[in-house]
Amino acid sequence: MLRILNARLRQGHRTIGYPDAAPVLPDRFRGRPALHAARCETGCRICADVCPTQAVQRHGAGIAIDLGRCLFCADCAQACPTGAITFTGDHRLAARTRDDLVVRDEVRRLARALDDGSRRLFGRSLKLRQVSAGGCNACEADLNVLSTVVFDLSRFGIQFVASPRHADGLVVTGQVTSNMKTALLKTYEAVPPPKLVIAVGACAISGGPYIGHEACLDGAAACLPVDLFVPGCPPHPITILDGLLRLLGRLDGRAGEH
Amino acid sequence: MAVFLRLILRNGTSAPTDDIPVLAVDAFRGAILEGVERGARIASLFCVPAAGESLRLIAVLADGAAGDIGIQATDVDGEYPALTPDCPAASWFEREIAEQWGLRPLGHPWLKPIRFHRPYRRVRDAGVRHGESDIEPGVTDHFQVQGEEIHEVAVGPVHAGIIEPGHFRFQCHGEDVLHLEISLGYQHRGLERVLPGGPTPRTIHYMETLAGDTSIGHALAYAQALEALATARVPARAQAVRGIALELERLANHTGDLGALAGDVGFLPTAACCGRIRGDFLNMSALLCGSRFGRGLIRPGGVAFDIDPARRDDLAGRIEAARRDVGEAVELLWNTPSVMSRFQETGRLTRQTATALGLVGVAARACGLERDSRQEFPAGIFRFAHIPVSTADSGDVFARAFVRWLEIQRSLAFVADQLRSLPEGRVRETPSSLLPGHITVSLVEGWRGEICHVVMTDGAGRLGAYKIVDPSFHNWFGLAMALRNQQISDFPLCNKSFNLSYCGHDL
Repeated sequence: MLRILNARLRQGHRTIGYPDAAPVLPDRFRGRPALHAARCETGCRICADVCPTQAVQRHGAGIAIDLGRCLFCADCAQACPTGAITFTGDHRLAARTRDDLVVRDEVRRLARALDDGSRRLFGRSLKLRQVSAGGCNACEADLNVLSTVVFDLSRFGIQFVASPRHADGLVVTGQVTSNMKTALLKTYEAVPPPKLVIAVGACAISGGPYIGHEACLDGAAACLPVDLFVPGCPPHPITILDGLLRLLGRLDGRAGEH
Repeated sequence: MAVFLRLILRNGTSAPTDDIPVLAVDAFRGAILEGVERGARIASLFCVPAAGESLRLIAVLADGAAGDIGIQATDVDGEYPALTPDCPAASWFEREIAEQWGLRPLGHPWLKPIRFHRPYRRVRDAGVRHGESDIEPGVTDHFQVQGEEIHEVAVGPVHAGIIEPGHFRFQCHGEDVLHLEISLGYQHRGLERVLPGGPTPRTIHYMETLAGDTSIGHALAYAQALEALATARVPARAQAVRGIALELERLANHTGDLGALAGDVGFLPTAACCGRIRGDFLNMSALLCGSRFGRGLIRPGGVAFDIDPARRDDLAGRIEAARRDVGEAVELLWNTPSVMSRFQETGRLTRQTATALGLVGVAARACGLERDSRQEFPAGIFRFAHIPVSTADSGDVFARAFVRWLEIQRSLAFVADQLRSLPEGRVRETPSSLLPGHITVSLVEGWRGEICHVVMTDGAGRLGAYKIVDPSFHNWFGLAMALRNQQISDFPLCNKSFNLSYCGHDL
């Protein structure tokens, strides 16, 4: 017993300061891409050609990047001869609509908070049921991490629950494989309304690396109404947390907002 | 003793595909059974289309004692005598082949689908399912026990935690499990079918996401295969960085597993600490390449990121801190009687069962089998830096936990050692184009066990057949056997002690 207490004391308090402090991310972290369209050369489409998921598209004279498809591999930035694409350390990626995930210009379309009625219902207590409907278990791993002492998700009143009957919404990961579609829809049916759907990761938003595969759908929105999209392959836990807190309007005036 | 022809490769080398001896079916079976009798394992068994309607069955036998990989083939048409009755380790492979190609293994005792997808070509039914009706996952003839007070418990595909989908059927008498049947395929994304014709810009991302918790392991197996097919030389510094990344992946997952095992027996001190320390290891991978899962690091020809001196010192410091923390957190397990009484004698597998099923990785080593590709088939950095094989002999949850702990210590020492002696030079060479008409076998000891990629190029030097075997493919049946005569309430603990991949199996 003394040994346990001693270990407990020595390991100390490990919960991060976010969102009251800005998150600490590694220097090589690849977050929101920044576009410098003025550097684009006419007719050049090197970035679009190297992109594994067609996330990078020519857009008028410049380019657009669909974060819903982006794997954040930065192959486009590497290939660009003029440096028109850079990946910044900005972790804030989540958005409420599919179109808001497309980076075309300087404007950031971050996830808006739920309406007042929904915030009254979910703002201080949100119970989520996770469904893994394809994918690779990395999104699942970084969702699980949110419940560790480091992120301590429950301090925000957010918890993952075992039964859809106890949940206010679903967190969906994976493309939605043909073999998981029925199970996903049944789980959704079992959640009492009003309910939210949160799509986490490139697969759940667009199919990710598996876009267009015969064995899967191209993301959760193909069969469910999605309220929040969290891009990444997989998204960093801070990116997921940022999305959840924005959805609930819980970041106002905190350091983590910026 | 009959001598059978085989093509012999070392890990990460290639040869012309035409050099694979095509044997008569009886000789092919004989070669496999004789090899397994001698102590080799079926690392892979798969089909490629051959002339006309026939199929070519290719078997890859890994002989750990000799460090050899033997390949032999046979051409079959519609059916052949199954290997499974004589070699249970072939069972899952033969079910896979029957589902994919409609090839019927005559005498297979339990021919059922493993992934629930349409066959690769229009074929008559190989007996894996009834009729042409829509394929429903999990809908098949499950093994049933009949009798008074026998009941069946069905769980999944959606489980109570944040975990991948799978379906489990328990045949129970009271609380005792007489038999567990595991039905997978829910994560099937059709991965192997899209690889021929590549590499394309997506190929490396398929490798990094085929089992996302093993991004480094599978990307490394892929890179090693491509390098063998292009006869590329990977710089020594890149080999060291790859080794560090592979062991960091092992450290993160083993630490997470020990925490989760502690959580499953209600011992929260270790669960809380290991949950956090696992993240520390993931963050070390992110220090190397920006991704907690090592995405973007391994590329054919080397690695995409170098370790500068400041980063090396930072990483070495973090390894030392993690070594202290994880030691303290894990030692609590072995000193807590309530934990040990739940771990010991639970989910026991005998060495004989593990051998017969062809188990790999932690699950095999926990039964006393000295199976570790890093030692048996060393490639890359492991040809120069040897990590001793960690084993235990009780085959229970304790043994699987304890082997992880031994491996954590050895991986920590390895990473610290490599950081002290990083070779100078570049970290990436541009690989040349692939040799046409060649085959290679690439083995990597991922954190779950042996990863096997068999890659064949077509006549134009593009990827032809690409066969992936995740260690979970060998080991799921081991979990089913470990549950026999256990309490059903011990299933989560037993499951976690194997911690197998669903997506790596389903592909």
